[in-house]
Amino acid sequence: MVDSLAYTPQITLEFEIGEKDFFVAGECASRVKKTLQQLGLKQDVIKRIAIIIYEAAMNVAIHATSGRLVVHVEPDAITIRTEDVGAGIEDIDLAMKEGYSTASYEIREMGFGAGMGLSNIKQCSDDLNIESRVGVGTTLNARVFFSDERRHEGA
Amino acid sequence: MNRYFHSVTLETEKCKGCTNCIKRCPVEAIRVRDGKAMIVQERCIDCGECIRECPNHAKVAVTDTLDKLSEYKYRIALPAPSFFGQFKEQVNIEDVLGAFKGIGFDEVFEVALAAEIVGYIVHEFLKDYKGKRPIFSSACPAVVRLMQIKYPDLLEQMAPFLTPMEVAARIAKEQASRRTGIPYEEIGAFFISPCPAKVTEMRNPMTTKHSAVNGVIGINLIYKDIIRHLGDRSANGGPEKLQRATKFGMAWGYVTGESRNIDAGTTLAVGGIHNVISLLEEIERGELKDVDFVEVQACTGGCVGGPLNIQNLFVGRIRLRDLIKRFGTKEPYFTEAELQDIYLQNRFAATEPVEPRAIMTLDEDVSRAIMKMERLDQITSELPGLDCGACGSPSCRALAEDIIRGIAFETDCVIKLREKVKILAKEILDLSRIVPTSMSGSSKEGDPGQGH
Repeated sequence: MVDSLAYTPQITLEFEIGEKDFFVAGECASRVKKTLQQLGLKQDVIKRIAIIIYEAAMNVAIHATSGRLVVHVEPDAITIRTEDVGAGIEDIDLAMKEGYSTASYEIREMGFGAGMGLSNIKQCSDDLNIESRVGVGTTLNARVFFSDERRHEGA
Repeated sequence: MNRYFHSVTLETEKCKGCTNCIKRCPVEAIRVRDGKAMIVQERCIDCGECIRECPNHAKVAVTDTLDKLSEYKYRIALPAPSFFGQFKEQVNIEDVLGAFKGIGFDEVFEVALAAEIVGYIVHEFLKDYKGKRPIFSSACPAVVRLMQIKYPDLLEQMAPFLTPMEVAARIAKEQASRRTGIPYEEIGAFFISPCPAKVTEMRNPMTTKHSAVNGVIGINLIYKDIIRHLGDRSANGGPEKLQRATKFGMAWGYVTGESRNIDAGTTLAVGGIHNVISLLEEIERGELKDVDFVEVQACTGGCVGGPLNIQNLFVGRIRLRDLIKRFGTKEPYFTEAELQDIYLQNRFAATEPVEPRAIMTLDEDVSRAIMKMERLDQITSELPGLDCGACGSPSCRALAEDIIRGIAFETDCVIKLREKVKILAKEILDLSRIVPTSMSGSSKEGDPGQGH
């Protein structure tokens, strides 16, 4: 570990997500995955992070008019943040339920919007915070710790 | 065994230090240093792309030779299906198989026969499989090695079975041992290979502890000998029919043959390592979950496109198809009951897990890796982005990585060097204009503001 008084090494990756841009989610996940592999993170941690990123970005693409994804990597944890302008979530607890979805018929036709996104994200993150205002937008913050000890502290 | 044994090697004296190979290598495993190409051993996947690419023929595949036959009491040739695509149209397949007996083999066992077994096993496996889709073929070792280093996530979706080459060696040796009474260990099985990756696979197998194959001989090495002995059939072959594989096994020699043989729901077949990479990228992003089986081959066109073949891949393909039509046995060698037995006994399941190899990692310590990545991004942004390869690294990003790893310098970049020379030239010019104060009187108005 680097001297704690010195600066903390960190990397930030940012992605713009457009409305109904269903391809960008996969791209974000795979770009971040490559970076994390180069950083030598464990495969199972990378996998969890990739799921969060994919689902979070997908949520923005499906429900918002515009948004962005910011991934911030520090030596012991990663923060995944999405901010969007869009419909917002009326009842966050309900939205977290498996299978609950407000996605339109067209989107479900395309194989998305099955209502698993948020519950998947919750399962994969060590710390999750969602703030939303109906008709304004949603901000999601998910954290994943790299070591098991930190995980338990954080949870 | 050397952990990084590779069949693909460089003949240094032939290498002119051009950058053709470094640009083409799918895993960025080649650098040019001191005027010669250099293969980064832990990265190379033996796909043979550089062998095809090198204009000076400096990249070669090291395979076994016929000399190795003398180490065994009983010798079996295991010709790859693609081998039969290398002959002129009027050639009889029985003559080709018979010729093996003329050059020192006691028996020929078509790998296509084993392919039919693997095809059956994977077909049955997919019937009950409920996990993540698609399932990938494990037949091409170059692709499996590619997945180990670049797509470790997808390894769990690899069909957990041995390759046709491995299955062929096991069955052929067992049968021969039973028939002749010669102990299994004294029987040598030799794969006649279109590709270097199979040599590496035999030495360092991925899905089994020890390969049952005892030697891998390149098609390019054995071809002339076979041609010379094509007429020997009557003398060496005897009356029995040597060709036993059906079109289903033989078609594994070209891309789509394997997936047709496996015949499960939706299948997809891709040949060519760069095409494979773009497909794997897509699957890694979560696409193609509705596909059941993906046949992935490092060579364009599949094994007929292997770098050790004699014929152009399209010619090889058409010749093979023609041969299949004319000679392919109609009745399968193994009965349905036998195949079902083999499947249920799980005899050819992979016994070793294929582990990811994290060779792309910048540092073992995450903090230091992040710092290196920060520097990496910084250096990359300062490089010209031409990806010209003149520095000896395949791209600007790769040069930045090499700088971080301490094996290259920023001035290896010709553009950067030029910039530095320009600055230096300006400094020299500036310095040349400075006149010592003792002499400055006469030229005061000449060049104001210089020399500070």
